[in-house]
Amino acid sequence: MISADLNVILPEIVLSLFAILALLGAVYTTKDAMGSLLVWLTSGVMVFLAIWIGMTGSGETRIAFNGLFIEDGFARFAKVTILLSAAAVLMMSEAYMKSRGLLRFEYPVLVALSVVGMMVMVSAGDLMSLYMGLELQSLALYVIASLRRDSIKSTEAGLKYFVLGALSSGLLLYGASLVYGYAGTTQFAGIITVAQTGQTSVGLLFGIVFLISGLAFKVSAVPFHMWTPDVYEGAPTPITAFFATAPKVAAMALFARLLHDAFGNAVADWSQIVALLSVLSMFLGGIAAIGQTNIKRLMAYSSIAHMGYALIGLAAGTQLGVKAMLVYMAVYVTMNVGTFAFILSMEKDGKPVTDISALNMYSKRSPGKALAMLVLLFSLAGVPPMLGFFAKFGVWQAGVDAGLIWLVTASAVASAIGAYYYLRIVFLMYFGAEGDDRLDGGNSALLTGFLVASAVIMVVGIANMFGVEGAAIAAAATLVN
Amino acid sequence: MDHHLLSIITFMPSFAALILAVFLRGDDEAAARNAKWLALITTSVTFLISLFILFDFDPSNTGFQFVDEATWILGLKYRMGVDGISILFVMLTTFMMPLVIAASWNVTTRVKEYMIAFLLLETLMLGVFMALDMVLFYLFFEAGLIPMFLIIGIWGGANRIYASFKFFLYTFLGSVLMLVAMVAMYADAGTTCIGGCEVSLLTHIFASETFSIAGITVVGGLQTMLFLAFFASFAVKMPMWPVHTWLPDAHVQAPTAGSVVLAAILLKMGGYGFLRFSLPMFPVGSDVVAPLVLWMSAIAIVYTSLVALVQEDMKKLIAYSSVAHMGFVTMGIFTFNQQGLDGAIFQMISHGFISAALFLCVGVIYDRMHTREIDAYGGLVNRMPAYALVFMFFTMANVGLPGTSGFVGEFLTLMGVFQVNTWVAAVATTGVILSAAYALWLYRRVVMGDLIKESLRTITDMSSRERWIFAPLVVMTLLLGVYPALVLDIIGPSVAALVARHDTALEAAGAAVQMASE
Repeated sequence: MISADLNVILPEIVLSLFAILALLGAVYTTKDAMGSLLVWLTSGVMVFLAIWIGMTGSGETRIAFNGLFIEDGFARFAKVTILLSAAAVLMMSEAYMKSRGLLRFEYPVLVALSVVGMMVMVSAGDLMSLYMGLELQSLALYVIASLRRDSIKSTEAGLKYFVLGALSSGLLLYGASLVYGYAGTTQFAGIITVAQTGQTSVGLLFGIVFLISGLAFKVSAVPFHMWTPDVYEGAPTPITAFFATAPKVAAMALFARLLHDAFGNAVADWSQIVALLSVLSMFLGGIAAIGQTNIKRLMAYSSIAHMGYALIGLAAGTQLGVKAMLVYMAVYVTMNVGTFAFILSMEKDGKPVTDISALNMYSKRSPGKALAMLVLLFSLAGVPPMLGFFAKFGVWQAGVDAGLIWLVTASAVASAIGAYYYLRIVFLMYFGAEGDDRLDGGNSALLTGFLVASAVIMVVGIANMFGVEGAAIAAAATLVN
Repeated sequence: MDHHLLSIITFMPSFAALILAVFLRGDDEAAARNAKWLALITTSVTFLISLFILFDFDPSNTGFQFVDEATWILGLKYRMGVDGISILFVMLTTFMMPLVIAASWNVTTRVKEYMIAFLLLETLMLGVFMALDMVLFYLFFEAGLIPMFLIIGIWGGANRIYASFKFFLYTFLGSVLMLVAMVAMYADAGTTCIGGCEVSLLTHIFASETFSIAGITVVGGLQTMLFLAFFASFAVKMPMWPVHTWLPDAHVQAPTAGSVVLAAILLKMGGYGFLRFSLPMFPVGSDVVAPLVLWMSAIAIVYTSLVALVQEDMKKLIAYSSVAHMGFVTMGIFTFNQQGLDGAIFQMISHGFISAALFLCVGVIYDRMHTREIDAYGGLVNRMPAYALVFMFFTMANVGLPGTSGFVGEFLTLMGVFQVNTWVAAVATTGVILSAAYALWLYRRVVMGDLIKESLRTITDMSSRERWIFAPLVVMTLLLGVYPALVLDIIGPSVAALVARHDTALEAAGAAVQMASE
């Protein structure tokens, strides 16, 4: 029995063991000098695990530890996305962190541990394992947000993230206890039999609201988004890139897991709440980004808006909606990896630059990178024919299908508003004032590779999405039935 | 018919663009020359292949032909096809593009990127006219903004940034409303297929019962709402008065070739959209709004002609004249009768040749003098006799002189609208007189008189390259002017089917209303 259970969580065990061994190894040997090696090793292990999970997935659902842990198509899809994006961000960060003396050996270890947390999150089958995964992830993230110990902004970011994260964990726990009190169980499989549309008790309803609030904080949906711009700006850029990708996928997948596995019979009770979160996020993200001059803050608001679009898929409460959400997250992560690869390469005299005005006439200096960035920005804005448009179209399809036409209409308007600030960057890169070249260096082949690859995916992907859509359909089918 | 001709001609230019982007290196003279030649050859071959489609096309069949279909992502279908209404726009596009490339031979900055932008633009424009799936249509329609935005923004004149932003935001805002309407249509009909599928939007009947929303009675119900949403997009693209103000700015700032594409092809997307979506899909809605559109068109014709009279800048003058001519098009479309619709399509094709030629005429002297001020010229006939002849010819065609294609379009639309609304016809006819006034006055100020300006003493006549660019345009304008059946035979049956469907739909809706009231 126990060996069968352990077999199910083998990937998690491998990654945890790796993290612990790496920690011990580094402590007893050369410490920070091992940083580079560990970064490469960690991303190697992650890619290996992603391939392993992706290839061995037999399509069946396996349950371990009496329902605490569920390994199904949905979890596998989310895990592969998380592992690949985390590995990509780690690889991109190595040179940046090293040249700025930030490459401590704890960094890759902490990332690995937070990824373990995320993998537990997306496989959670119980409020207990949900919380366990969430906290493992969050605690690691709090630490790496303040990795630059001598910078006020970085420590402030870490502290802010920690305080608000603790608050949201509190909300989540309170909701969990209410749900336990009124449903009599913490297992999703048990809760779903109690939580039926129209028959949910007030206590259970309160529990759902608190749980959703806690999770909304993690995906940084409005009105729980306040931490995002400050943390994005304060943390070192590679860590911002990490925040913008893997944890978002994990939190969104957990959101879907909880809503469908535990409250799948009470869609009408939570759909409106999620729709509200979604519409607020889209508009606030779109409007607040207009005034930003720091590209990291801008990306923070951009990610808030994108979470709003992804939430449309959840608000639909259908299989189509979950599929659209998964596709959206996969596309979003790819776009963000490319965009952050670009932001990481922005530097002058060896110092990182985050001011948007520094991109003035960038297309003159490196036309290839500017073109790749242009594709990504249009994709982020959702302008056809880039893949970003199809991601949006997918959630709109799901929304219309579920009768949420008002939400879809609002989101179309929000996307038009949001297009402006992406366009402003294009405008600076291509038609800024002449002879004002403010960036130098930043010609890392690796970063350029990631940037170009993600731009190419945005264009070529519209042919067949590289099969991601088929995988997402299968994944959604295991979650919603 | 199991071949992929339509997809081949659509994607061939972007394939060439890809080759340019990946394989062409360097900024030197040779690289620029290679880019130009590759673009010219590709667009010419595209035109030759598209001729096969024209010869194989069967006008008597009013359905979609050469349909090319494949499954695609998100449950959508990749579906391309042409019918009597769209084929000529496809031909117009493939015909104009080689001329546009040839007209850009003097570009010196970022030649490679310039050619890539135009090649991609050709793909996207062809896609708009061929797409048989609503989402595919939207995709091409919107994506066309990106290269045009860059063309104006990078290769444009002094005030190009303002113009490119205005262009992008105006058209993008219109399109968002259209997208919302498309979402609603998908919700209502359950398909995104435009025509020829088991369930298609062209055969689906959208609800037209009058309802009230927020105290406002919407005559024509859902159809009117959908119509207005599409109208927001197409009217901006057209452009119709009063949302035409982006066009003069965009034209003035765009490089010559950009202006030519804009006037000859991009403006036609609005008219094509009306014919493909608004009229057949929302017959009741368009009927409700038609009187308004007719009057807006009449106002546009007179107002923009008057504005054209006082322009100091040649390109701006021709831009306003374009808006006036597009007024004839919308007027013809919203008569819902055979003459009006025939005339509207004919006018769009003919305006494609004539306005393109006029912008090229401006380009010829702009290349030499680097100014578009009318006052900077005068007496060009003394130094440039060939140019004076060509300019004369297209000025006359613009005015609508019988024997040129401009006459046929204006005459047919006026004939169509006369049957529907005599007053509108009367007002619009004064526009013809005004157009003679501004066009001939422009010609007199630029070409006639003595050559007194010192700077013009050494101006040279057209080079043989320029003559060759104008030759096909002259031939087409004359040919369509004396033998309009070339166009009318192709569009006739499809237009007749469109009119018949429109009338049946209106009768059915009318009968339903009567049933309800009894």
